[in-house]
Amino acid sequence: MDISYSAEEQAFRAELRTFLKANLPTEISDTVRTGRGLTKSQMETWHAILNARGWLAVNWPKSHGGAEWGPVQRHIFEEECCRVHAPRIVPFGLSMLGPVLMKFGTNNQQAEYLPRILDGTDWWCQGYSEPGAGSDLASLKTRAVRDGSDYVINGQKTWTTLGQHANRIFCLVRTGEGGKPQEGISFVLMDVETPGIEMRPIRLLEGGYEVNEVFFTDVRVPVANRIGDENAGWTIAKYLLSHERTGIAGVGFSMQALEDLRALARTVYRNGKPLIENPLFAARIAEAAIDLEALKLTNLRVLAQAQTKGAPGFESSMLKIKGSVIRQTINDLARRALGPAAAPFPSEEWMGNQRLVPSDAVHNAAEYFNNRKISIFGGANEIQRNILAKHMLGL
Amino acid sequence: MLRDSLSRLLADHAPFSRRADTAYTAPFHDPELYGQIAELGVLAGFAPEASGGFGGAGFDVMTIFECLGRSLCTEPLLGPAMALGVLPANDPLVASVIDGSVKIAIANWEPGDVSAVGAQDTKLTGRKSVVYGGNSADWFLVHTGDDGVFAVAAKDAQILPFGMIDGGGACELILDQTFGRLIAINANAWNRMLQTGLVALCAEAVGLIDALLEQTVEYLKARKQFGRPIGAFQALQHRVVDLHIEAEQARSITMLAANSLHGTDAAMHTAMAKNLIGRVGRLVAEETIQLHGGIAMTWEFPVSHYAKRLAMIDHQLGDSDMHLEHVAAQM
Repeated sequence: MDISYSAEEQAFRAELRTFLKANLPTEISDTVRTGRGLTKSQMETWHAILNARGWLAVNWPKSHGGAEWGPVQRHIFEEECCRVHAPRIVPFGLSMLGPVLMKFGTNNQQAEYLPRILDGTDWWCQGYSEPGAGSDLASLKTRAVRDGSDYVINGQKTWTTLGQHANRIFCLVRTGEGGKPQEGISFVLMDVETPGIEMRPIRLLEGGYEVNEVFFTDVRVPVANRIGDENAGWTIAKYLLSHERTGIAGVGFSMQALEDLRALARTVYRNGKPLIENPLFAARIAEAAIDLEALKLTNLRVLAQAQTKGAPGFESSMLKIKGSVIRQTINDLARRALGPAAAPFPSEEWMGNQRLVPSDAVHNAAEYFNNRKISIFGGANEIQRNILAKHMLGL
Repeated sequence: MLRDSLSRLLADHAPFSRRADTAYTAPFHDPELYGQIAELGVLAGFAPEASGGFGGAGFDVMTIFECLGRSLCTEPLLGPAMALGVLPANDPLVASVIDGSVKIAIANWEPGDVSAVGAQDTKLTGRKSVVYGGNSADWFLVHTGDDGVFAVAAKDAQILPFGMIDGGGACELILDQTFGRLIAINANAWNRMLQTGLVALCAEAVGLIDALLEQTVEYLKARKQFGRPIGAFQALQHRVVDLHIEAEQARSITMLAANSLHGTDAAMHTAMAKNLIGRVGRLVAEETIQLHGGIAMTWEFPVSHYAKRLAMIDHQLGDSDMHLEHVAAQM
């Protein structure tokens, strides 16, 4: 097996590098590098820059305006973007709903929504989890009852990421009772301005705001907004969750986080010497680097399979577990590297001339706490282990 | 006795519902509560009899800080706990620190772990960083580069106050030819003061760990997914059992350190305790969040704040690695 990148792939990487160097606004990469939250307009600006080059919908076919890249190209793209602190592409429209529309949507639905995802007219958010339906997603209770040509929807969704920026939401709703819980679910699109929808912010533990609760009270939605057949939403939900999993290992993010950590360990001092010269801490960084090197190849092995077989299978659960743990380990070290200076509540004031640590590191403790989420969201690591036990080991 | 009345006071006057207001907005604690704690005699519990107190032993400090940890209290009591054990009995600050009229903070850290604050006679120049409780302190004990210890009045120095990610306040203390009163204690006494601080922080962590595990077990029993309480899943049972074993280990090493405080094994045992507390604290903070799932990622849910405080204790008075090195050097 050849475990190095082909000449074409290396040329592709070089092309990306040149593009990113010329087109990524410093103001945006600085925001990412220093761990401050991106504004809506910064994210939209970056999407527009990529779209102008045809590189926004990386996994869409060219016929729909996508880049039509395979898994390995997408991985190279992710690595290169992380390397220069480019924002992550907001996935809800492009990576999640887009493929669903292409696979299950009518021609009308595709014609209506796909171009609006691409040009940024629509910002989609996700209505999947509910307070009582997290790991056990199929137990969701938000109900959609037929009334003429409408559904009337009541219930509550939660953990809706960046819902505060969205004008549209795709939801899993219960349209059927009896039978297995998976059998009565439908996939419905809504405008967030529809009367009866209320979005409320959830403040996260480190103080940030990126997720929301969404409440539905007698919300009327045309039946025509349903994707696929009634009660066939679970198949679509699974397709959505499994389709875009090539980036699930977060290798690019971890590589960048490790680079930042190494740079930080040269900058901060412990017992009067650069932290990197402390054998104990250097060994901790080295262990993380070893784990990450192995993950890079594990990831590529899975991607190479996906390249030939289509979407990756249960292996993505392995990538999610290992990828999240490695990234959290690096975040943990980046917090610990600061010693007492990690404690100040990050604020703009503290990023001024009184700061104690390099501007890149001001948010390290906040990022450590915030990134506890990555072993929880998108199917907690415990659920991924269940999947592996069942599908990989046959237990 | 003191434990019961302090627990009751904190339960009545510092419930979690009020914490978001007090812990995260200046002055990052509740001055009224601080007065009530002093009235209860808690501060006297940090001082030996010769200084007008009735405590100062390792277990006195442990008992009080375990209570504070349990209720996630952000009152700036670490400074007095450390200072009262070493300030000479006749020092003019002692009586007013015990009665709560004066708050005192310990200024021991500078970036790079090197004391660079310089003293020329009674004039101090330099900067101490992340001084816990310093935002509301009236006095500071400042450690200088040549191992001197000076009392500096807040009104004479420049203070840059700030809140911390786990709640509570701290400050930067900037000294520019600032008057300091030399305190006649030697390097050993200063080290003993730091060791008292280590016992306090370890005990606070023990209280936090107990509270976190109680909340987690309760949640595992109450939260239902897949038609049953998630605590019915063996994979989760085993993890929370492991955490309980680690919690007992954390309590044991803290008791050892408390027992050894002021004795010949104090340096070794407090370093051992702070290392193990750092490791167990990190594990418990991360695992209790994970066992809860998304709900523990939210500001509104108490677990997230307990976990933050527990993780950040590793950033005070030397982290688990630094203390591991201390222990290793004595092997």
